[in-house]
Amino acid sequence: MRFVIDGMTIEAQAGDTILTACRRAGYYIPHLCFHGDLPAQGNCRLCLVESKGRLLPSCLTKVTDGMEVASATEQLHTLRLRLTQMLFVEGNHICPSCEASGNCMLQALGYRLGLLDNHYPQFFPRRPLDASHPQMILDFNRCIQCQLCVRASDQLDQKHAFVVAGRGGEAHITASSSNGQLGSTSFAATDHAAGICPVGVFLGKGVGYVTPIGERRYDRADIAQAGDRNA
Amino acid sequence: MPKARLATVSLAGCFGCHMSLLDLDEALFELAELVEVDRSPLTDIRTMNDCDIGFIEGGCANEDNVHVARLFRKKCRLVCAVGACAVTGGIPALRNNIPLAELLATSYLQDVVDPGIPNDPELPMLLDKVYPIHEVIRVDHTLPGCPPSAQAIALFVKQLLAHEPVSLPYKELHYD
Repeated sequence: MRFVIDGMTIEAQAGDTILTACRRAGYYIPHLCFHGDLPAQGNCRLCLVESKGRLLPSCLTKVTDGMEVASATEQLHTLRLRLTQMLFVEGNHICPSCEASGNCMLQALGYRLGLLDNHYPQFFPRRPLDASHPQMILDFNRCIQCQLCVRASDQLDQKHAFVVAGRGGEAHITASSSNGQLGSTSFAATDHAAGICPVGVFLGKGVGYVTPIGERRYDRADIAQAGDRNA
Repeated sequence: MPKARLATVSLAGCFGCHMSLLDLDEALFELAELVEVDRSPLTDIRTMNDCDIGFIEGGCANEDNVHVARLFRKKCRLVCAVGACAVTGGIPALRNNIPLAELLATSYLQDVVDPGIPNDPELPMLLDKVYPIHEVIRVDHTLPGCPPSAQAIALFVKQLLAHEPVSLPYKELHYD
């Protein structure tokens, strides 16, 4: 089975989505909430592509033989830029004080899209810090609600350590325990959920800033070449 | 060609962006061929002429910052938010999700000798939050970075003067 994206022909296997086929072929489509070990959920919408005049999340859209898809268009660039700016203003992403800076997929996407400002007014929400676990701090100021930790803990670790609480604009991720604290769950720093965050929510205790500025993953190369931090 | 006039100011910033500008070292001579520096901490001139470009470092944390930002908007043809704090609020904006009364009480009333919130008429009133510059005045261009590198600042100035779209090479675009 074959399809065409941005004028390039790509081989796909039965059951492939546009994103999985493109990833196998080494063709980069921006994404934040997708991880190869988990079923796609289509939360972040950054992987939107266009086919027959419709915008489709490439992580959820199955390839059909001969389909024509566009990803590198001006319209999609603008949409992805605006989505990324919305993710930045919705949380407290203060890169100069963040341990994950240089190793953050949201930041790397900003670099790739040429994001120079946040365009929208900042929300400056009040978000909690959870330092109850002996090996890990959770700083929800950076959370983009991709739900990768929730899904990894459920499906890869079989622990259900995280849950989405609240509704609508109040929706947020929290530890799944009676007091809402990570220290009261069976989560361990070696869990898949611990290393799957695309941004900087999960911070290991006792380590920090180990890689010098200028040598971090996305200092050295664009995310399309450097790959996902959580891969 | 007459030189362009450049004004610069540091509001709720740390002067790091100005230090980065000074990091141009000998390339400052090249920059001096292109621009005449008007009001700026580098010239210590406090009055302000009409300028071609105004660089604002830092966000707005108090009423004086707002006055200066508005003055820059009035006097400068192009206003540029330079550095992470001007663009997003930055490190000073870490206070933004804590109510101001709570912050002042923690700093000046609790567990201190001679408690009292400073209230001198000389002191500008604090704003409820630290605001990025574009939330206070219209901004024409932004240059992120904490600080933006000397090379990024030089390239930015050259692109502005050449009326080119601002575009930084990958290594010069960073948010930290």
